[in-house]
Amino acid sequence: MLKATDLSFRYAKDKPWVWRGVSLSVEPGEVVGLSGPSGLGKTTLAKILAGYLSYYTGQVTYDDKPLPKNGYCPVQLIFQHPELAVNPRWRISQVLYEGHTPDESLLKALGVSSGWLSRWPQELSGGELQRVAVARALGPQTRYLIADEMTTMLDANTQALIWQAVLGHAQRHNLGVLVVSHDAPLLKRLCQRVISLEAVMQ
Amino acid sequence: MLVVRNLAVSFTQYEVGLKQRQLTVITQLDLEADAGEVVAVVGASGSGKSLLAHALLGILPPNAQVSGELVFKGQHLDPARIESLRGREIALIPQSVSYLDPLQRVGPQVQRAAQLSGAKPPAAKILQQQAFARYDLKARVGRLFPFQVSGGMARRVLLATATVGQAELIVADEPTPGLHPTVVVETLKHLRELADEGKAVILITHDIEAALQIADRVAVFYAGTTVEVAAAKDFDDPEGTNLRHPYTKALWQALPQNKFRPLAGTQPPPDNLPSGCLFADRCPLVIPECEAGRPILRSVRAGLVRCIRA
Repeated sequence: MLKATDLSFRYAKDKPWVWRGVSLSVEPGEVVGLSGPSGLGKTTLAKILAGYLSYYTGQVTYDDKPLPKNGYCPVQLIFQHPELAVNPRWRISQVLYEGHTPDESLLKALGVSSGWLSRWPQELSGGELQRVAVARALGPQTRYLIADEMTTMLDANTQALIWQAVLGHAQRHNLGVLVVSHDAPLLKRLCQRVISLEAVMQ
Repeated sequence: MLVVRNLAVSFTQYEVGLKQRQLTVITQLDLEADAGEVVAVVGASGSGKSLLAHALLGILPPNAQVSGELVFKGQHLDPARIESLRGREIALIPQSVSYLDPLQRVGPQVQRAAQLSGAKPPAAKILQQQAFARYDLKARVGRLFPFQVSGGMARRVLLATATVGQAELIVADEPTPGLHPTVVVETLKHLRELADEGKAVILITHDIEAALQIADRVAVFYAGTTVEVAAAKDFDDPEGTNLRHPYTKALWQALPQNKFRPLAGTQPPPDNLPSGCLFADRCPLVIPECEAGRPILRSVRAGLVRCIRA
């Protein structure tokens, strides 16, 4: 279980708290939504859960252990803007194979074309690059996936296509998924339950 | 007010050494926009939505070639005429807030836009203040630099810049992503008001749901062609029974509030376009005739569609 207990976050000691006392958990195989208006700190919470930020109070545990400090993180975060989440000086093949080698069926389900591998990130569209970022994050050691507005900038068809592939993969590998979004119909469609950040923060 | 007929845009690229090739990214775009009307342009990324905006404003990169017909208020739009009209009669609300000048305070930027459209400096100052009031920007915001204003405020500054002059055609390129839902509603409402004042508004977006809130008509782009132009009211049931093109139906059905059912595959890449219908490889209704040639845009049930099966 991915569990956050009594998390509080502020940017500096003399700054006000962004939120306090946030607790939530995601079971393996569960798809949970996280909603809330923009500017509330949803992305910050997502970054903490995936181990990107270390200056917070409270605890994040994964199967009752703290997140690993180095090596592959079992909690993987997918960012809203894929063009900012890949190294612009690496070809797509380097980006895609950095953590693991995704199998053919996953690439096919996501619609990642082999013709993209030799290109540079700026030569792919946002939707194409996001598919690469998703394939990169779904390594064999990934146990939890945090999708931070993963498909907000994509057209409806690409959105449905990516989610179908991700949910299929999550089901087969018993992954827990946290869907961060302000799109209510999308959360209703994907999630077993939805947490409102406004309701759980102080 | 605006008629776009058979627009094509291609880029000259270097392949190996000095060998060049032509990459056609827009093949057949058609669009009309009249005064008092909001026309939404929807489609996947890479379908040519932004390139249309850039062609209308004459800000395509230098290696682009444009063919086809652009007519604005009954007169042909050539590069010289575009240059004299843009910012005055045709204004762009750009996609990215990075279009603001990072080294100039936002108030003077809006004022400069007013001056470029013909106002003398004192009048331009008043126009800028009116535009700020209209978009709920406080006077002190005018003294801030772009990096000091929030994303939503920067969007409103861009709206003010585009509408401070007397532009009659407003092209809004994805003006809403990343904004708070209430700000999205506000922005869309402002665009509707501009149309109601007698301007023509082209709203380019990938968010059909947002577009339908204010649009009169919706043009659907696929792989650089206009596949359908439908009235907003045709998007009424989850199946999309009143829509004409199978791609429009698929796009509509893929919304989470409808069927959330995606269509497999991707748009054909511009360097490998099929000779027949561009949608044939993904189409559930495909027949051999579809691959014989490109279908023409024809009138079906008070809308336009580029499909022989519609």
